[in-house]
Amino acid sequence: MDAPDPSSKPYGRLAFLGLLGGGISSLAWASRVSGVVSPFTSAISQLVGNLLPVGGWRIYTISGSMPIFYPNSYALQIDGLVRTPRSFSYEELRALPRAHQVSTFHCVTGWTVHDVRWSGIRFKHLLDLVEPLPSAAALRFVSLEVPYTDSLTMDQVRLHDVMLALDMDGQPLSRPHGSPARVVIPEMYGYKGVKWLTRIELVAEQPTGYWEGRGYDQDAWVGHSNGYGST
Amino acid sequence: MTRTPGSATRMATAPPSSRHLKRYGRTERALHWVHATAFCILLGSGLCMYLPSLAEIVNRRPLLKSIHLYTALSWAIALLLILILGDRRSLRATLREVEYFDSDDRYWLLGQRSPQGRLNAGQKLNTILTAVFAILFAISGFFLWYGERDTRFQIPNALLLHDWLMYASLMLFLGHLYLALILPKTRHSLNGITRGWVRADWAAGRHAKWVEALEASEEEPR
Repeated sequence: MDAPDPSSKPYGRLAFLGLLGGGISSLAWASRVSGVVSPFTSAISQLVGNLLPVGGWRIYTISGSMPIFYPNSYALQIDGLVRTPRSFSYEELRALPRAHQVSTFHCVTGWTVHDVRWSGIRFKHLLDLVEPLPSAAALRFVSLEVPYTDSLTMDQVRLHDVMLALDMDGQPLSRPHGSPARVVIPEMYGYKGVKWLTRIELVAEQPTGYWEGRGYDQDAWVGHSNGYGST
Repeated sequence: MTRTPGSATRMATAPPSSRHLKRYGRTERALHWVHATAFCILLGSGLCMYLPSLAEIVNRRPLLKSIHLYTALSWAIALLLILILGDRRSLRATLREVEYFDSDDRYWLLGQRSPQGRLNAGQKLNTILTAVFAILFAISGFFLWYGERDTRFQIPNALLLHDWLMYASLMLFLGHLYLALILPKTRHSLNGITRGWVRADWAAGRHAKWVEALEASEEEPR
């Protein structure tokens, strides 16, 4: 076995070490490459729809199964520190004045979806309907997916492109994307955008949400939180 | 399938002796199958979490996460056990085989016919890629797992690396399945990794240098 063939070279070892080194170093440069190729991959992703999330969505859930929303029994409750607590059926929600926007969705785990078309209701409008008390400082969002909750301050929900989305890319939200309603705040990482929303409670102090209880930042500004851009 | 000429030829040139050659030892086969089993479970559970359409159908993310994690752990432990309890001498010999590429291997990779050893250059390359992918999967997977527990370890690139590895290894896996199960002239090699032996006449055609070396060392088949 050891008979050394003069033409025999340890290329295999070199290839192994080279590939391994390249792979490990990609932990430093992968996102830059992905940024360059993502216009192409997300174009492919649009073509094949939900089948292949190349440069597209990933669905994260925390419980055993995704909530199912039943249009007839669904209600979005808005209560807490408000003058007139209200409950909206799905039909009522859909009848409210709509806003439309195209924005980029960032996940804290590193993936991004560009140019998502959202349609929904601005929080300003929603809040006007329930008349928050002066003591209300934050909105606590409760998901049908128990025990997922998160919150935003009154100032944050009044940013110009924050909404309660009902449609995505021209279609009513699908089950994986949080049907029938989800919070969209493009300035922050996705975990702040509660899906399968069933209740908004106005509170005096911003509570700790599901991921915040696990070490994530309360203010999840894209590029300036959760360890990003902190150096 | 009218492949009569081919099968007739094969009938006519029946092997001079029905000798079989031992190609893979028990340790190598155990290593292969541990790896293959783990890969399939990891791929399946991973895709069910990764593809939105599958995620909606299967819809048991916490369970899938546990399956994925514990399969990876079992895989690593099983590999360690094989290294501890297995035939390390044969593994070292295999390692040497895989590490070295001679001029015949280089010609082969360039698409020219040239006699090959027990593992041809493509199989060596496959082994190397599989090992690299496994290590990178483990590293990036660790960061995905630990980053969720301690956000200081959250490296967004780990997710990208894990994805890219999945695409690359899926391609490699499909090619491997095609050669091992479908392509007629190569699929006999499946026998080597399941039962350990291959037909001598098949080996003489595809792995001439190996057969020559065996014949040179001793006539007596083990």
